[in-house]
Amino acid sequence: MFIKRFLVGLLPVMVFILLWESIAQLNLVPNYIFPAFSDVMREFYHLIVSGILLANLLCSLSRVLIGFLLGSAAGIAVGIVMGSKDVIDKSFHPIFSLLYPIPVLGWAPLLMVWIGINDLLPVALIFLCSFFPVLYNTITGIKSVDREVIKAARILGASDRKILSSVVLPLAVPNIFTGLRLEAGMAWRVVIAAEMVAIPTGIGALMMRSESLLRMDVIIVCLMVLSVMCLAFERFFQVMENRITNGWR
Amino acid sequence: MPTIELRCISNYVFSNLNLEVFDGELLVVLGPNGAGKTTLLNIIAGLVKYKGAVLFDGVPVDKTPVNEREIGYIFQNLALFPHLDVASNVGYSLMIKGKEEKEKMQKVDELLQLTKIEHLKHRYPKNLSGGEKQRVALARALASSPKVLLLDEPFNSLDIGMCECLRKEIRQVQREMGITTVFVTHNLADVAEMGDRVVALNNGKIWLMPPEMFENEQDTENRSPQDCLHCVMDCYCKHAQ
Repeated sequence: MFIKRFLVGLLPVMVFILLWESIAQLNLVPNYIFPAFSDVMREFYHLIVSGILLANLLCSLSRVLIGFLLGSAAGIAVGIVMGSKDVIDKSFHPIFSLLYPIPVLGWAPLLMVWIGINDLLPVALIFLCSFFPVLYNTITGIKSVDREVIKAARILGASDRKILSSVVLPLAVPNIFTGLRLEAGMAWRVVIAAEMVAIPTGIGALMMRSESLLRMDVIIVCLMVLSVMCLAFERFFQVMENRITNGWR
Repeated sequence: MPTIELRCISNYVFSNLNLEVFDGELLVVLGPNGAGKTTLLNIIAGLVKYKGAVLFDGVPVDKTPVNEREIGYIFQNLALFPHLDVASNVGYSLMIKGKEEKEKMQKVDELLQLTKIEHLKHRYPKNLSGGEKQRVALARALASSPKVLLLDEPFNSLDIGMCECLRKEIRQVQREMGITTVFVTHNLADVAEMGDRVVALNNGKIWLMPPEMFENEQDTENRSPQDCLHCVMDCYCKHAQ
């Protein structure tokens, strides 16, 4: 069953690669503009062997991990406080509502001046990109917990703190993970954009350098790596969510 | 001495309400929808604000927080914890009290046996039938050894056969454990089968209903809230005379 499903999924990919390779081999477009799949794979191998791809990937990965972990942790922490205390929610909701719709890259010029063009810039952008969605998903998750269930816990002897840890947070997990899953992919998109604009290292910077040298094969390799990383991050959170909520959802 | 005493209770539903529930009895509160039945239970539990006094065994509990009133409450929608399996739902209050795992599981097993759901121990609420959920809610409410048990129309969503079966079981468990219980309902069948005493509630007023009102009640199963209202109004007329 698994093999059948795998083959069914693999078939369109194979057709796509075959089509790509055939069109490139026809030489209708110069090879440096539209490289063949085999050329891209050859370059992929060279980039791995030379260590260039891994070095740049590690730069991007570390920025994504630091920014995403800090942003998500802050989003969850502030979301818990705002979700469980109405006064704080009402006080801070207007300001967060104003800041949330600003596109993350809109902050870039301001941050370039405030923190400079260095490794902190993409980290700060990813922090902002993760913070707001995770914050809103956490608040929504906490507020959507059935009030009767909270009353039941209170009657059974639980204090406010115990209700939060044993009932509210576990029931808010699906919402929190939806935010984490969506923003995990978004963090990669933001880091690439930031590296393209301002930072000399990382996958985004490698793509910009390749563009100036008309190395489309390297750009396609970078896009493939980016796609795999986005997918891997999203899948990781999906698996985690399923594992945590296994059985009761 | 009454176990539960409500003295001069006033809030958005009641005005100067007085009620006594005696030790170990099962008091049925009958009333149509919107009569204030759930509010009455919430006052006893301390879940809503009120003026007046609520006493348990003669001791005022008005300043006692909800989580310290030692109450078992079965909600209308049961409010089981969806993320916990049956054993964890039942053992929740014991976990809160910091009981040791062995002691907790022993008590949970006893309650599951009492409510005849031992075989459902590791299931989650979403995989239970209405009657099974009902039994889990009862076991959970009894786990903390409450002084008072409050039941808020717990049979609303069940079929006739299941209602009959659970009524008998709840009555039996209540008698065995001798817990003072307040049961609110709009179903006359519940009244005929369950109550030691019955009071009627309408428009925030409460009257004791004479048992002879139900002696000749036949085919009370699934009588509508309208029938219930008529029954309450009959009682009111007799009371007024």
